[in-house]
Amino acid sequence: MMTYRVHVRVVPRAGLLDPQGQAVEHALLALGFKEAGSVRIGRAIELEVEARSPEDAKASARRMCDKLLANPVTEDYTLEVEA
Amino acid sequence: MLRVAVVRFPGSNCDFDTLRSAALTGAEAYFVWHRDTSLKGADVVLLPGGFSYGDYLRSGAIARFSPIMAAVQQHAADGRPVLGICNGFQILCEAGLLPGALIRNARLTFVSRPVHLRVERTDTAFTNCYEEGAVMQLPVAHGDGRYVADSKTLARLESEGCVVVRYVGSDGAPASGEENPNGSLNDIAGICNQSGSIVGLMPHPDRAADPALGAAPGAGFFQSMLTWNPVAKGAR
Repeated sequence: MMTYRVHVRVVPRAGLLDPQGQAVEHALLALGFKEAGSVRIGRAIELEVEARSPEDAKASARRMCDKLLANPVTEDYTLEVEA
Repeated sequence: MLRVAVVRFPGSNCDFDTLRSAALTGAEAYFVWHRDTSLKGADVVLLPGGFSYGDYLRSGAIARFSPIMAAVQQHAADGRPVLGICNGFQILCEAGLLPGALIRNARLTFVSRPVHLRVERTDTAFTNCYEEGAVMQLPVAHGDGRYVADSKTLARLESEGCVVVRYVGSDGAPASGEENPNGSLNDIAGICNQSGSIVGLMPHPDRAADPALGAAPGAGFFQSMLTWNPVAKGAR
């Protein structure tokens, strides 16, 4: 068994109103960052997963996301396993 | 005597209001701790408002896996009544007992004030004491109350009459501006399952159910527990 570090990124589902993202986008524009746009705010979760391979670690983390870490109604997630 | 279990999670803060509201109807109301695994012969389960587990991750996301929730799931699967108020509604959605989700209020602020509601469905376990179309004023107090669901689910809720209460103006007209306090889709304040046994809503009938506080427009939610007749409902 190996310990793998997994990075989970959870973001609001595309098309769903993200008032936090909008507020931050307005703040960036007000600060003069005219180049900023499409701000979405989600959360980053880091965890260690014991598994036989990076593929197993990813599969395990995916089950965690589907069950608890992300809400399938409102959020999408991406997974990355550190090499 | 009707036995009513009020489930307490770490961070529940409307547990006493909810217990008292149920007890005022003459029902036998008692607390059940989230680590219990038995509802102790409950006829009705009430999930009170508050901030279970500090709203960590998402409101209701962790409470939904509390040991007691297996018993609540079974109770619900048996067609017996469950009411989720505020955080209790969020827990019901996270648990998949009601569809959709409750996310951050559209204007990002915590909203704590009275709102007007129209009763859209009156054959549920918790609204059968009201007239259809009745307008009442109840308080809301939440940061994550914006009801969302995908368009298919939303259309199904509407066509099957599963919207129980809706935010409206004081005259009962469709909500405009901040009369919908959180940006909920279709002005939805509360929903139910098809049979009406499971109801969730963001406003607090438990904070407006004691005549000692003046008007008690929310009392009907609790009185309805005693008068619900799921068999007669077929006539709908």
